[in-house]
Amino acid sequence: MADNREKILEVKHLKQYFNAGTKNEVRAVDDVSFDIYKGETFGLVGESGSGKSTTGRSIIRLYDPTDGEIDFEGTKVHNISGKKDMLQFRRDMQMIFQDPYASLNPKMKIRDIIAEGIDIHGLASSQAERNKRVNELLELVGLNPDHATRYPHEFSGGQRQRIGIARALAVKPKFIVADEPISALDVSIQAQVVNLLMELQKSQGLTFLFIAHDLSMVKYISDRIGVMNAGKLLELAPAEDVYNRPLHSYTESLLSAVPLPDPEYERSRRRTQYVPRQANGEEEKMREIVPGHFVYCRESEVEALKQKEAAYHK
Amino acid sequence: MSNILEVKDLNITFDTFAGKVQAIRGVNFDLKKGETLAIVGESGSGKSVTTRSIMRLLSQNANIEKGEILFNGQDLVKKSEKDMQGIRGKEIAMIFQDPMTSLNPTTTIGKQVAEPLRIHQNMNKEEAHARALKLLELVGLPNAKNRMKQYPHQFSGGQRQRIVIAIALACSPEILIADEPTTALDVTIQAQILELMKQLQSKIDTSIIFITHDLGVVANVADRVAVMYAGKIVEVGTVDEIFYNPQHPYTWGLLASMPTLETEGSLYAIPGTPPDLLDPPKGDAFAPRNAYAMKIDTEYEPPMFKISDTHYAATWLLHEDAPAVEPPAEIKARQELFKKRYAEGHPVAEGGTV
Repeated sequence: MADNREKILEVKHLKQYFNAGTKNEVRAVDDVSFDIYKGETFGLVGESGSGKSTTGRSIIRLYDPTDGEIDFEGTKVHNISGKKDMLQFRRDMQMIFQDPYASLNPKMKIRDIIAEGIDIHGLASSQAERNKRVNELLELVGLNPDHATRYPHEFSGGQRQRIGIARALAVKPKFIVADEPISALDVSIQAQVVNLLMELQKSQGLTFLFIAHDLSMVKYISDRIGVMNAGKLLELAPAEDVYNRPLHSYTESLLSAVPLPDPEYERSRRRTQYVPRQANGEEEKMREIVPGHFVYCRESEVEALKQKEAAYHK
Repeated sequence: MSNILEVKDLNITFDTFAGKVQAIRGVNFDLKKGETLAIVGESGSGKSVTTRSIMRLLSQNANIEKGEILFNGQDLVKKSEKDMQGIRGKEIAMIFQDPMTSLNPTTTIGKQVAEPLRIHQNMNKEEAHARALKLLELVGLPNAKNRMKQYPHQFSGGQRQRIVIAIALACSPEILIADEPTTALDVTIQAQILELMKQLQSKIDTSIIFITHDLGVVANVADRVAVMYAGKIVEVGTVDEIFYNPQHPYTWGLLASMPTLETEGSLYAIPGTPPDLLDPPKGDAFAPRNAYAMKIDTEYEPPMFKISDTHYAATWLLHEDAPAVEPPAEIKARQELFKKRYAEGHPVAEGGTV
């Protein structure tokens, strides 16, 4: 199914090292490649320190990569130079942040926070048009347009996250990097924000990179999921496959650690521990085990993984 | 089973510039010896305030308006600060959410674990040191002997939470209050910490009050569950009763708004936001967000209706004159499961307190 869909983003051999070349070198992202198709939600999961947020930040060019490239609609993101092209890129790709308290300027009114992008990109020709657009955006994310003159501290966490979403949508982006957008919210509010994101994706034709550690929510929202650990992408497959037919032992251990709201299941759940293997000199890379399902493995393991996949269907 | 703690009609307000916030509005619950009671609810529902009041750790502007907190029969509300110092850390201990800020960054962890032993059990330096080492080994800190000399910043989040647990358990407290102890941790580390807590609980026979908003964690650790909303407990029951036979529409909303691995289509979301407790609404505080609200909900607060000896819920839907309502599909599926199990005579709550 994937082949006939249009790629919007290609990440090729991305390496992001911090303190490169020194003894404090941190290989936050180490040779990661994946594609994101137009209109899909790509989920990136992993524990803290796995490199998932760094990947997202490299994609939106908050970092300059150590090596590798990121193509957005055929343009190399890190080769963009010139104010005009950079402005266009910033318009096409927007970000929603994790912390709805730290990501809104406390001294700005909601109207000005949302309209900042509109002003920078000159998307409104008059004050009246600007206000009209802000009101539309507030309604789009389920807030009352009367709130436009208030300040961030007057809103709850869920409402602030809606404001952050409205700000991202103000410049009509094509691609949104959402870095743990619901982790700081209460359960009942999480569901509201996730439903909103999914509605907006349909109505605005958006593509999402959804970064999170809450696996059940990621499965729910994502079309395809990449699993990261220690800077490497270890498994990449449609959401259903990652959850129901995991092939990499790290994915299995991660899934076995997630508690579900079902006491009966919890009494019988057994956790498996992930023990990273020692390198033996054989090349490890992403290999396609069945169409669309990639695993970071050695050539000698492919046969066993194919059998493991087949066994799930019995 | 005997009650080690009984909270009766607890009312707590906070003085603020805007007025009196009625944070806790008549909370009743008890804690049995050796059990784990989970308290769930959204931020601001009063779960942390309730437990902090048990430890008498409320801020200056808090007032306990009325109510009793009976610990082994003695009312903690009436205790002096000096008496409380003898109870805190010794008979009732607490684990906080953030292992990064609950340790002293300028003191070695060995000293920090030994501190309660020196204060409450009058151990000398050597004895306390030896016991601290045992405790750190007990909570699974690798290479504990050498690492006792290290400072908190030299440990990872999961290791720090293990150290905090070692401190809390140093005097084998009768009650351990854990306020979101795993929220800041990764799932795999969370799983380890939960396993550790359960293991230690069976070893030293502590009762645990576990505060969380993660229903998966609740299903894992709890024997009984209390659901809080707007400063009240709206439903309480064994873990099986709450998850498979929930009665309060708020509990329905909480359970349905968490996707399971099978959820498809739109996720059920509780509409709106919690009420402002500066001016709590008349009647049932959940009514404005409740799709099943009736006229009476806006007039009178519902009392606790009894469903079984262990299961109570505060919703007018349980009144004999209330019309029958259809809960969300996911909740209905859970209730069918419960009925089936009940009819087949399966134990309702294994490990619970029926």
